[in-house]
Amino acid sequence: MLLRRVVVTGMGVVSPFGRGMENLMDALLAGKSGVVRVPALAEIKGMRTRVAALATGVDPMEIPRKFRRSMSSMSVFATLAAQDAAQMAGLSEAQLRGGRLGVSVGSTTGSPQTMQDFFRDFSADNSLEKMKSTLFFHIMNHSCASNVAQVLGVTGRILAPAAACSTSSHAVGYAAETIGLGKQDFMLCGGADEFHPLTSGTFDIMNAASTAFNDSPTSTPRPFDRDRDGIVCGEGSGILLLESLESALGRGASVLAEITGFATNSDPASIANPNSASIADCMRLALADAELDASQVDYVNAHATATQQGDIAECGAIADVFGSRTPTSSLKGHLGHAMAASGSLELAACIEMIRRGVLIPTLNLDNIDPLCAGVAHQRGIGERPVNAVIKNNFALGGVNSSIILRRYQQ
Amino acid sequence: MTDQEIVALINSSLAEEFEFDLAKMTPETELFEDMGLDSLDVVDLVIVLETAFSIKIREEEAIRKIRTLGDIHSFVIAKKRLSEGAK
Repeated sequence: MLLRRVVVTGMGVVSPFGRGMENLMDALLAGKSGVVRVPALAEIKGMRTRVAALATGVDPMEIPRKFRRSMSSMSVFATLAAQDAAQMAGLSEAQLRGGRLGVSVGSTTGSPQTMQDFFRDFSADNSLEKMKSTLFFHIMNHSCASNVAQVLGVTGRILAPAAACSTSSHAVGYAAETIGLGKQDFMLCGGADEFHPLTSGTFDIMNAASTAFNDSPTSTPRPFDRDRDGIVCGEGSGILLLESLESALGRGASVLAEITGFATNSDPASIANPNSASIADCMRLALADAELDASQVDYVNAHATATQQGDIAECGAIADVFGSRTPTSSLKGHLGHAMAASGSLELAACIEMIRRGVLIPTLNLDNIDPLCAGVAHQRGIGERPVNAVIKNNFALGGVNSSIILRRYQQ
Repeated sequence: MTDQEIVALINSSLAEEFEFDLAKMTPETELFEDMGLDSLDVVDLVIVLETAFSIKIREEEAIRKIRTLGDIHSFVIAKKRLSEGAK
């Protein structure tokens, strides 16, 4: 339970559909896929997947060189999304720089591309003579958080949680708790990641990457579908501006939604395989944190990455907690899996679903896998009041997270 | 390389690295005040010059006294002439 109410007053996203919430929502509502064929993947020995969901609509040159020199593309995504979130929230320079605003932004790792570039050069002659002075700032684990803070002049606290696919849900959850505890009044929070073959390869070697739809990229991933064959990796960023309700009301800000609950737990049963009971525990913890009964939840935004085991485990947990009545869908079919960015990107979409009173179905879910039955899969666009949403994210390493969003009511 | 070619290569290399307008680069251009470089940039400036001219200058005391583009021109020209003389 948060000691102070925490609301969302700004959002910014970079996704395969470009920069900005309007582009994201237009694509989601139109049932578009951001997945494309990536020819370069075919050049890599052992790589079987050929598809990814790459960010578009980003011009790094918008960021002055002095700041950009310490950024890889993930920090560029995070910075542009953070600027948009701050602008939407109507924050002043004084509020950004005054010490009452912090940053909680994570990524799976530091920049894999910069690491590759460095080690390629280093391994060639065992020499550091061509190592640029800003290399470390690309590969440090808090690269995105620090770069966002530098550009926006933030003087409050910096958090950079890292929990792979749960990263940005953690970042948002910890940011909400930071405000709830009164340590900060505003938090720019979320995650970012850049696509690299290492990410796809990680899932490919575990037989968890999609490989059967290389010639029809928009047909994959297929969460909950009987023909699903794995993850499609993506990239981008989602940044939310969280704020204490008191602060938002005091400055007359538009409240987009309220964050009322957050939970995360560890699943020591396996470092790789999701566990239904542990996921159910996590969702129940989040509901308890929000002081909400499962029957009050209008929509479950599933993690559902279209792996065989993950989708089944999550459906089992959702059925256990919510039964078969609560509409459920995954946005991975549209967005691919943006890794550390997925949680906050999808949270931003959930906030818009609350605001617009609309539920977005799972793209590419044509035939429900019997093992994913038992939950109310949202089929087609649903128009209805959406007052409470639970958003799940699960990560390799046995890390679960769930966030409860509610329509703001005084 | 002629002195003119050395100057042209220095200017084009630094313009590309630091996204500076080539047309505004004169021997009097101050690296810190005019080009806006800082201590991190100076590290990279050395790498850019070492790569462009196949020279080693990182440990040279004289590099620490450079303030203008003209200082760099003179320094690199002298360095190149020295290395050519040694061959």
